[in-house]
Amino acid sequence: MDVQAILSAATGHGAVNPWAAIAYLVAGILFILALRGLSSPATAQSGNRFGMIGMTIAVVTTLLTHMPKGADGVLDTISLVEILAAIGIGAVIGIVMARRIAMTAMPQLVAAFHSLVGLAAVAVAAAAYLNPQAFGIADAAGQIFTVSRVEMGLGIAIGAITFSGSVIAFLKLNGNMSGSPIMLPGRHIINLGTLAAIVGLTAYFTQDQSPWVFWTITGLSFAIGFLLIIPIGGADMPVVVSMLNSYSGWAAAAMGFTLGNTAMIITGALVGSSGAILSYIMCRAMNRSFISVIAGGFGGDDAAAGAGGAKEQRPWKPGSADDAAFLMSQAENVIIVPGYGMAVAQAQHALREMGDQLKKEGVNVKYAIHPVAGRMPGHMNVLLAEANVPYDEVFELEDINGEFAQADVAFVIGANDVTNPAAKTDKSSPIYGMPILDVANAKTVLFVKRSMGGVGYAGVDNDVFYMDQTMMLLGDAKKMADDIVKALSGTGH
Amino acid sequence: MDFISIFSIFVLACFVGYFVVWSVTPALHTPLMSVTNAISSVIIVGALIASAAAGSATSKWLGLAAVVMASINIFGGFAVTSRMLAMYKKKER
Repeated sequence: MDVQAILSAATGHGAVNPWAAIAYLVAGILFILALRGLSSPATAQSGNRFGMIGMTIAVVTTLLTHMPKGADGVLDTISLVEILAAIGIGAVIGIVMARRIAMTAMPQLVAAFHSLVGLAAVAVAAAAYLNPQAFGIADAAGQIFTVSRVEMGLGIAIGAITFSGSVIAFLKLNGNMSGSPIMLPGRHIINLGTLAAIVGLTAYFTQDQSPWVFWTITGLSFAIGFLLIIPIGGADMPVVVSMLNSYSGWAAAAMGFTLGNTAMIITGALVGSSGAILSYIMCRAMNRSFISVIAGGFGGDDAAAGAGGAKEQRPWKPGSADDAAFLMSQAENVIIVPGYGMAVAQAQHALREMGDQLKKEGVNVKYAIHPVAGRMPGHMNVLLAEANVPYDEVFELEDINGEFAQADVAFVIGANDVTNPAAKTDKSSPIYGMPILDVANAKTVLFVKRSMGGVGYAGVDNDVFYMDQTMMLLGDAKKMADDIVKALSGTGH
Repeated sequence: MDFISIFSIFVLACFVGYFVVWSVTPALHTPLMSVTNAISSVIIVGALIASAAAGSATSKWLGLAAVVMASINIFGGFAVTSRMLAMYKKKER
């Protein structure tokens, strides 16, 4: 028997082809290996290739077992061409997007990709609803099995929430929509009511499979995704992006239940737990509960939303690029702390040049990354990698925090709240309890900031600005780094 | 497959996911998101089934639309992950 015959031997409704089942299992295992590879940058590329192989296996298996056939059982060539064309169109768009995207725009791209997974899940669930026999989830009379109805309801709800939530996240991250929270009056009641309606309708769907039930669930789910994300501020985006990542996984898992497909279930569970763990890590790094992030209303981009009122003017020490260059060239150990401001100013390349210059002068340069620096998990690491900073010079909070005490200079660029000692000392501060980078322990702190006006997303003043050993370098992060590079190369050591 | 066996696979896969994801180094959290994005587009399996099935034209076109969306994600997700991973380099000694 040839492969085709073996694969199509048992594709009747509901029957599971053992070869196809094994192929899907292999695909699922390859996806596990894809994530396993990410435990180290050295193995990550091969992990990514495992993922690609797994996906190829899943797609080819499905194509072979579900060839489009006409009423007479003959291969429907036109449909097959349409399917291959659809894959081709997606491939071109996807590859062009992946090539062109700037690394600083990664969070938007990921949000856009999440929205596509969500919408695809909705489309598949709708297709399964309209043609249940093709999916083997209905009896001869067209009555969809009860358990399949629940799975379908869940799939479409999660898919729709992922889609509309990701669209809002995309608009906020891309700057098409203000990053500050948009608060509707009575939003908690609206949200809870909508959620309750979705759950209730899904339960009712098991009794009545009329179209209005199905489409109302869909519509309400689109609405709740939108309502959930608009009150969440820009700085909470790392949690939101991780959460939507998780949802896109659960959507795939729900569809996997409907189709009884192991590859989809394994993947869905992997992606779902991955996103959930990332959300947890992000929340822990801000000392905020997941519920309070979802409840929203915190972390607008506008500093004006902060404490307000007349603040006392405290003295601070301004510095120039030349001062900074001099101080750092005399130092033994310099720790660089990048934040979202570095990404906004696209300062990563200038910063790496600065680091290279310093290394040439024999200075020991390290980078310290706070887990929530930037707009998505690992955002700073990718930008530094893009600028050719070797990954073994980049350290996580817990690995480097003890070293600030031995550092001659802490160079903070575009980060603020993640260095604020108020998180440790001031119980009334909104960021109290958040783990911070102890830059205040360094002998000298150089703080690059656009102006003294803005006070970070939390709207909290930072005591580090006013310490004796702090020098404020006011200006655009990229320009400041460029000027320091010039000053360093001018000194001619 | 019956519901219980599928559910068992799901629960076990959640545990595997839990342990595998905790072992991912924080430096690679962004590539983790983009690769999970790519693999969650395995939903293309459902899309392919819908677009190959006879019986409902709407269902077929929804399937084809989902195939396009999922393959944008698959190709885009793997390509951008690989682009990012290529940037992570060790110190030259």
